[in-house]
Amino acid sequence: MILQTQNLSIGYNSKATTKIIASDVTIQLEPGKLIGLVGANGIGKSTLLRTLTGIQKPLSGTVSLNEKSIESFESLDLAQQISVVLTEKLPPSNLTVYELIALGRQPYTNWLGKLTDEDKIQIDKAIALTEIYHLIHQKHNEISDGQLQKVLIARALAQDTPLIVLDEPTTHLDLLHKVSLFKLLKKLTTETQKCILFSTHDIDLAIQLSDEMIVMNGKTIIQDQPCNLISKGVFSSLFNNEHIQFDATIGKFVII
Amino acid sequence: MPTQKNKILFLFLSFALIGTFLLNLSLGSVSIPTSEIFNSILGNEIKTSWEIILWNFRLPKAITAILVGMGLSISGLLMQTLFRNPLAGPYVLGLSSGSSLGVAFVIMGAGFLPSFLVSDYGIVLASSLGSFLVLLAVLVVSQKLRDTMAILIVGLMFGSFTSAIVSVLSYFSTAQELQKFTFWSMGSLANLPWSSILILAICCVLGLMLSIFGIKPLNALLLGENYAKSLGLNFKKTRLIIIFATSILAGSITAFAGPIAFVGLAVPHLAKLLFQTSNHFILFWSTLLIGAILMLVCDCIAQLPGSDYTLPINAITSMVGAPVVVWLLVRKRNLMI
Repeated sequence: MILQTQNLSIGYNSKATTKIIASDVTIQLEPGKLIGLVGANGIGKSTLLRTLTGIQKPLSGTVSLNEKSIESFESLDLAQQISVVLTEKLPPSNLTVYELIALGRQPYTNWLGKLTDEDKIQIDKAIALTEIYHLIHQKHNEISDGQLQKVLIARALAQDTPLIVLDEPTTHLDLLHKVSLFKLLKKLTTETQKCILFSTHDIDLAIQLSDEMIVMNGKTIIQDQPCNLISKGVFSSLFNNEHIQFDATIGKFVII
Repeated sequence: MPTQKNKILFLFLSFALIGTFLLNLSLGSVSIPTSEIFNSILGNEIKTSWEIILWNFRLPKAITAILVGMGLSISGLLMQTLFRNPLAGPYVLGLSSGSSLGVAFVIMGAGFLPSFLVSDYGIVLASSLGSFLVLLAVLVVSQKLRDTMAILIVGLMFGSFTSAIVSVLSYFSTAQELQKFTFWSMGSLANLPWSSILILAICCVLGLMLSIFGIKPLNALLLGENYAKSLGLNFKKTRLIIIFATSILAGSITAFAGPIAFVGLAVPHLAKLLFQTSNHFILFWSTLLIGAILMLVCDCIAQLPGSDYTLPINAITSMVGAPVVVWLLVRKRNLMI
């Protein structure tokens, strides 16, 4: 077990009010599993991810990483446990793909950031796993969105953490690139025994490829295998709308 | 990674620095041949008048130029990455104005201040404090504004605000104080005694050493604040180091040499253009070298025209720097940090 939650409540604490997004959340992340997080827009996927990665404090309960509370981790130790791929755009710069991936080694390098042989081995491994060797000398702003997404995943791999968290990695990609990205994530979990947690709106694809899924649904959060979730009818209440319905026989959403 | 091309560029820049340094020493109202400069530096006898000019005027000025060029350029580089804004620099963000305000208080408010403040140290302290406060204010405002361009406007506003206060101060000051301040505000690399240069050098070395600690975090910040944090970066600590480094650099330099425009903004871009990289290991050293070279060249230009007169250095850097910035903007529409 890499990460698990106990009696977790997530949400925001502002001056006047407390906004609870979900309470009594039980999530368990195990090595070698690809886990998809789905839910409607604005339901709090990002808040959940932020809480699980220690960026945001839970309202109550604990997130334990390796049997230890995530809040007790120093930021540098945490960086050796969890790596992330975010949705935000990178600032304009002249960074090459190789330099960008090498930045993933920062938690391990000395105060000047000098790469050791071990660092270079890890970087090469990440490049090989994501099959982006042909890109490494290009500038990061000269490659396509799909390629950049792979580069960012390679950066997270170079960080060499047991858990990788991706926030909507397939947005802006066409179907072909979505599928190849999901297949890459699937391959990475089986080959590296890392746990990969990703949020997505491509529910159909996530159902087909994930080992487990976390479904955010109003005030409840359910984690299970996709087939169990289908048979429990969890997906049909995902969107409360008359125009869309989940068809359990084909495992897809259909328009009515 | 230092590639073959970068090694050649660094070699070229090092020679250019030595070349401009010697050229700078030989130019002036009295022209001293380079061979004689070598002789004097090696400890041999040369004409007494030349020796006095060289050791008491030219060398202090050239060293000041190098310190000023290096310090301002590095503070510009640090700010551009910290604010994720390619147009940031000590002058544009109002740091120089903040320093001016501090210096104006010391020079023109001399009557109200305890005497120990009205000294070189007092001026450095007031100037550094002034730039530190402005940078802090810009930083606070930039937290509220996600738009990086708005930060520039805020810097401009702080600049106007501080110059307004300086105007009020000058209105109430004596002619002598006013003259002293006006000369200071035109910027000058010359006439600094060795003792002042020592203070300036210590401040610059301190600021540059702090900046070296900033190299690794600045590289992480190339991915943006959130990625940098996910890499274990202590953002608050990094920001503090960078703010201290830039305030010490911009503050001490402005205290001794006056507000000098555009060097801090233009030089990092020249370095980025030449080396085609955002890696701060390379940028740090190249910015250092190019900054020193550019400042020496500007000082040479300031010496050249009438030969008997020295033009205000601030005017020269603006004349050289402003077109460079416009050219950079036109040439490449999206500047890199």
